Amino acid sequence: MSGEKILQLGLLGLAGAVSRVRPAAARAFYNFQTPVTPIARDVLFIHDLFLVIIVILFLIGTGALLYSVFAHSRRRHTQAATFTQPHGRKQWLWASTPFVALLIIDYLILGIPALHSIWALADTADAQMTVQVTAHQWHWQYQYPAYGIGFSSDLSTPQQQIENQAPKNRHFLLQVDHPLVLPTHEKIRLMLASSDVIHAFWVPAFGIKQDVVPGYLRKTWVQIDKPGVYRGQCAELCGVGHAFMPIVVRAVSPAQFQQWVTRERAREAAVAATASATYSETELLARGRHVFQTICAACHQLNGLGVPGAFPPIAAGHPFAASAPMIAALRARGFYRQGQIVEGPLVDHIRIVLHGIPGTPMPAFAAQLSAADIAAVITYERNDFGNHTGDVIEPAQVAALEDGH
Amino acid sequence: MSAVNPAIEQLHEPHHEAPPRGITRWLYATNHKDIGVMYLVFGVSMFFLGGLPAELIRSELLTPTMRVLSPEAYNQVITIHGLVMVFAAVMPITTGFANYLIPLMIGAPDMALPRLNNWGFWLLPAAAILLVLPWGLKLIGIGTGTLDTGWTMYAPLSLQAGPGADFAFVAVLLLGLSSTMASINILVTIAQQRAAGMSWLKLPVFVWSWVVTALLLIAVFPALMAGCIMQIADRHFGTHFFSAAGGGDPVLWEHIFWFFGHPEVYILLLPTTGILPHILATFARKPMYGYKAQVYSFVAIGVMSIIVWAHHMFTSGLPTGVEIYFMLSTMAISIPVAVLFFCWFGTIWRGSMTFETPMLFALGYIVLFGIGGLTGLVLSDAAADQQYHNTYFLVAHFHYALFGGPIMGIFAALYYYLPKMTGRMYSETLGRWHFWLTLITFNVVFMPQFLLGIAGMPRRIPDYALQFAPLNMVSSIGAFALGATQLLFLYNLARTVFTTSGEAASARVWEGSSGLEFTLPSPPPFHTFVTPPVIE
Repeated sequence: MSGEKILQLGLLGLAGAVSRVRPAAARAFYNFQTPVTPIARDVLFIHDLFLVIIVILFLIGTGALLYSVFAHSRRRHTQAATFTQPHGRKQWLWASTPFVALLIIDYLILGIPALHSIWALADTADAQMTVQVTAHQWHWQYQYPAYGIGFSSDLSTPQQQIENQAPKNRHFLLQVDHPLVLPTHEKIRLMLASSDVIHAFWVPAFGIKQDVVPGYLRKTWVQIDKPGVYRGQCAELCGVGHAFMPIVVRAVSPAQFQQWVTRERAREAAVAATASATYSETELLARGRHVFQTICAACHQLNGLGVPGAFPPIAAGHPFAASAPMIAALRARGFYRQGQIVEGPLVDHIRIVLHGIPGTPMPAFAAQLSAADIAAVITYERNDFGNHTGDVIEPAQVAALEDGH
Repeated sequence: MSAVNPAIEQLHEPHHEAPPRGITRWLYATNHKDIGVMYLVFGVSMFFLGGLPAELIRSELLTPTMRVLSPEAYNQVITIHGLVMVFAAVMPITTGFANYLIPLMIGAPDMALPRLNNWGFWLLPAAAILLVLPWGLKLIGIGTGTLDTGWTMYAPLSLQAGPGADFAFVAVLLLGLSSTMASINILVTIAQQRAAGMSWLKLPVFVWSWVVTALLLIAVFPALMAGCIMQIADRHFGTHFFSAAGGGDPVLWEHIFWFFGHPEVYILLLPTTGILPHILATFARKPMYGYKAQVYSFVAIGVMSIIVWAHHMFTSGLPTGVEIYFMLSTMAISIPVAVLFFCWFGTIWRGSMTFETPMLFALGYIVLFGIGGLTGLVLSDAAADQQYHNTYFLVAHFHYALFGGPIMGIFAALYYYLPKMTGRMYSETLGRWHFWLTLITFNVVFMPQFLLGIAGMPRRIPDYALQFAPLNMVSSIGAFALGATQLLFLYNLARTVFTTSGEAASARVWEGSSGLEFTLPSPPPFHTFVTPPVIE
């Protein structure tokens, strides 16, 4: 027994040592990301505490098991005992100690910090700013009601890297075209809504993970105390693009945030102005290619051949079979004839991209892409992949169809 | 209660001494041992079938790139792995043990409702075919493959899914029917068919574990079946139970699913916690410790498992008070589970142990399931769960709980009862290799996954960021080795069943075994306990 005690003490020391070296190792690939919000620090504290406790419990249990396996094997212990329950008050007392200890661990050592952080997490009052987060299959959309600005945030990892045709960069799959920009040291309330299925907003360094459920407005909050770039991703299976909708947050000082707001307003005004600009075919094709590869290729694939049964090809003349509603929708819009995808009418093409196809995974892009981007990508789709319509679409044509049908 | 069943007396004519020959023996089977064996064969086959998707998952995750599967196929593969392992592998195997062992353990001539028993089994292959048929159909150009929502079938993602979802929902309905039939049969058998003197508190612990398991199945499976019908109605008949677009509530499905899904964990687990003390007592050559404590713990676990389901939904956005209730009630389950652990320790303590394969697996169970239980304690914290939920930490946790528990327990029980069932000993050397390689490779697969989850890798993604690459590679290599190791088991099983190379097993099989099943010859005759035994 004394050997066991020494073992336990040693392990206790080890657990303590592990917890002491943790902060230095906190950014390692096998450990929690460095917490930057009060909630994340709470959670890391709980996690460290838990880890030490369960490691101790595990070592006590396994230690007892190994001791018994060695000491009570038939070779060393030929005559088995016959007891089947504790006898006498002393044994009962001894036998009940693990359970009393477990109750204390459950409800006091772990329960009290847990309650503290549950209440802290639920308290979204007194926020200095509100950001509305909308989840879509498969990207995030951020709106700042107080500033009248908003944008979509799409994965910016090129499809070639995903398909292993190009070397992967450092932030593979955790990079976006427009990160969510937030000021540090301010309590920010996030209001979360979904336009289709359940998603989950998760940034590990913030210690929050909130399901975004269609039909509900969920809320949570962050108060970031260190400027930096923080990366997370959707944490609830939401379809084929689940792995490809990261969340990137750029935290900046309040002063820099105000500068960013000014720049973002100017950028959005410039984008709105492109709706009345005209572009050359070369410009449209180059821009359209970029839009297609970052947005459309996730489903329709880089080669424009789609995925059999799920996502139709962009390339005309290719056979396609899928669910009855999808085929019916494609046929009604003039993009499907005799088992094949065909070059449909231009107006319907623009409408599909603007408004999506209800009842299929094709989303509406009116709120996500500018008229210029839509004009460009449709020009590209109608003149590449072996398609030869010769159509050149200008942003004004898209803008004309944008409101109303 | 103990009177000889007249129907059995009638059957007990000379031409019925031996089982019928040919395929009809299995198609029309009403004998509990035949049906038990069919359940076991089916379940073990499905264990290997469900392992193939697991290997595909790990192949895809070997390196961070899309190489083996498309994202769509990946989602289907993870769904089938989960559904097959839970419903078609572990549940049928534990039900097979119930069928084979309960009548023998309580001194009954057969199950109380033999024809229902036959039906209960034959629904299973139909359900399994429904689960994988959509892949076959896709190969010939029909549909989009099987369900792709994960085994939790969350709406409204399930409402977007292709026709494979309908196949899966109907399969779950059939599985529910099958389990409900089997559970009713088991309860009636235990209540009505016990031999004289076999009072409730003399029932073997394994039988008690099935009393609670069967009650749980009857209590919760109908909820899931109703939910599946609602899903089918949403998909085809214009209802909006779960579709927010029509005023429905996606969280309602989460409640329905987990009201079933949490007790389901104990449905998988309890039968093996029932068999474990028998094995520990046999090889420690010591009477079981804390019989009543174990029985009461089963009952407590059964009751508590029904009232803690929403701890699977801590990130769904439940009201704070609800989260606190589910956290505190979940923590309470640690007490009866700890009682079981205490009794297992008490059973081997100061025994005279030998370490044959079943004992090794039983001890491995205690260690691995212990890790599953301890990490469960961590997950019960509603605040910290924000960080663990839907990450690889969770994946590792439930594999320690469900592989470390039920699957290790099933291996222990299979090795323990195989000589009884076949009359031949398996190869002890191969059995030990199987144990040690399983123990090591299992940890190589899942220990890195705890770290991946902590570092921020979500579950159910086919491709991942570069910082997760090293540990994923370790996990994948471990998974290939774990899979290959199971072939040793398959070979050992086939060698014991189909050849005579193993030495003959005695009636008692093991030096320390006790119980009515070990008073019968190995293998037991087709009809057993036609004249009920007398229990002192």
